[in-house]
Amino acid sequence: MTEQDLRPDSRDLTATPGQTVGPFYGYALPYPGDNELVPPAAPHSVQFHGVVYDGAGVPVPDSLIEIWQADETGTVSRQTGSLRRDGFTFTGFGRCEVDPEGRFSFSTLNPGPTEPGRPAFISVVVFARGLLNRLFTRAYLPEDAEALAADPFLSSLDPADRDRLIATREADGSLRFDIRLQGEDETPFLRFPGHVD
Amino acid sequence: MGAQKLSGPDDAAESQATLSAEIEEIEASHAAAVAAGRPAETQPRLDYPPYRSSLLRHPTKDPRHADPETIELFSPAFGHRDIGILESDLTVQAGGEPIGERIKVTGRVLDGEGRPVAGQLVEIWQANSAGRYIHKRDQHPAPIDPNFTGVGRTLTGPDGSYSFITIKPGPYPWKNHHNAWRPAHIHFSLFGTEFTQRMVTQMYFPGDPLFALDPIYQSITDQKARDRLVATYNHDVTEHEFLMGYNWDIVLTGSNRTWMEEEDHD
Repeated sequence: MTEQDLRPDSRDLTATPGQTVGPFYGYALPYPGDNELVPPAAPHSVQFHGVVYDGAGVPVPDSLIEIWQADETGTVSRQTGSLRRDGFTFTGFGRCEVDPEGRFSFSTLNPGPTEPGRPAFISVVVFARGLLNRLFTRAYLPEDAEALAADPFLSSLDPADRDRLIATREADGSLRFDIRLQGEDETPFLRFPGHVD
Repeated sequence: MGAQKLSGPDDAAESQATLSAEIEEIEASHAAAVAAGRPAETQPRLDYPPYRSSLLRHPTKDPRHADPETIELFSPAFGHRDIGILESDLTVQAGGEPIGERIKVTGRVLDGEGRPVAGQLVEIWQANSAGRYIHKRDQHPAPIDPNFTGVGRTLTGPDGSYSFITIKPGPYPWKNHHNAWRPAHIHFSLFGTEFTQRMVTQMYFPGDPLFALDPIYQSITDQKARDRLVATYNHDVTEHEFLMGYNWDIVLTGSNRTWMEEEDHD
């Protein structure tokens, strides 16, 4: 490799278009342990789960969800090993193919805030057959009411949209976050700087 | 009339002519908007009725503008513990040689500033040379190749480069409409230096006669943008008496972090 290879490239740098994940990712992207960021029996393990719905309120059976999050202390893992989990290393990344009822489930930890005073969230990406490009969203933890109320991004949303981004803590301690691709209760999806149509 | 005929996503009743007319109408309205001064679109439309499965699966509200926060400014880290060394050669994963045209697909993954995305995971999946996926849902009556699964993974090099050896996939039929065929393609899954750059796309082969007919490819309404998904034949990548070579570079959305602050932990 020459120095030239490491220089920024000056050719056409418009982002390459996305395309749908299609129907046949199921034998390629899922891998053993993909949805277990921590083993389900690990101390402090939390189930993060939900159902993906289409615009008719019907569960989407061919969707793939990915999550990326900090650990309980708010630290962003830089550890490798998400594809071959050792059962001890928290890598922060997980992937889950929904089941035939549109349901996804991860075994993970409650993320801590990455900055003091900010509400903690799980970063979520949605792929599906019929969805022409990936969608980003966030699942906020419901507990820190003060941080949620003070958050500039959440405050920029109308109250119903804000509530749609806050996961529900179920009686069993799990975090529930349903994803609605379309319709009245449509999940707010995010556009980051640099994302264009 | 077109809107009346939007029925179930899998009923495969409509003709290619109906679909092509819809595709052409959208293309023409985009071209007119560009001629009137609107910037050309560079990504697929999520709301693209010719792809029938998208009808109930696209958001109808605009995405909310968000500044990435700490977690989103990093990406998961993958390393050599994650991937076997043979996973980038899809022709050696089974007991024998798969049938078809052996090819190499190679290129670089760059961010929006042209900086190489180093050490990141690239995943691919594809049909075999007869246009058949291993997936249980693929009922296309074309042969399964016992020596080809069509799944590959690799990590990009320090210069953002990746390389796969595989078999050229065949086109395959699907149920969007009657006599619907997808152009030959390889699915690519990509990570950047930050999670906001995560993307999945499809790479196509130059000169495919199915391009104009395919609502997934055409969901990118601008020709120049569509061209970014088409690999280039490169005779310098072609290997003597062994394989045909293609180049395909991938540009992810711009990075929000400054380059120097990354990867300083280990």
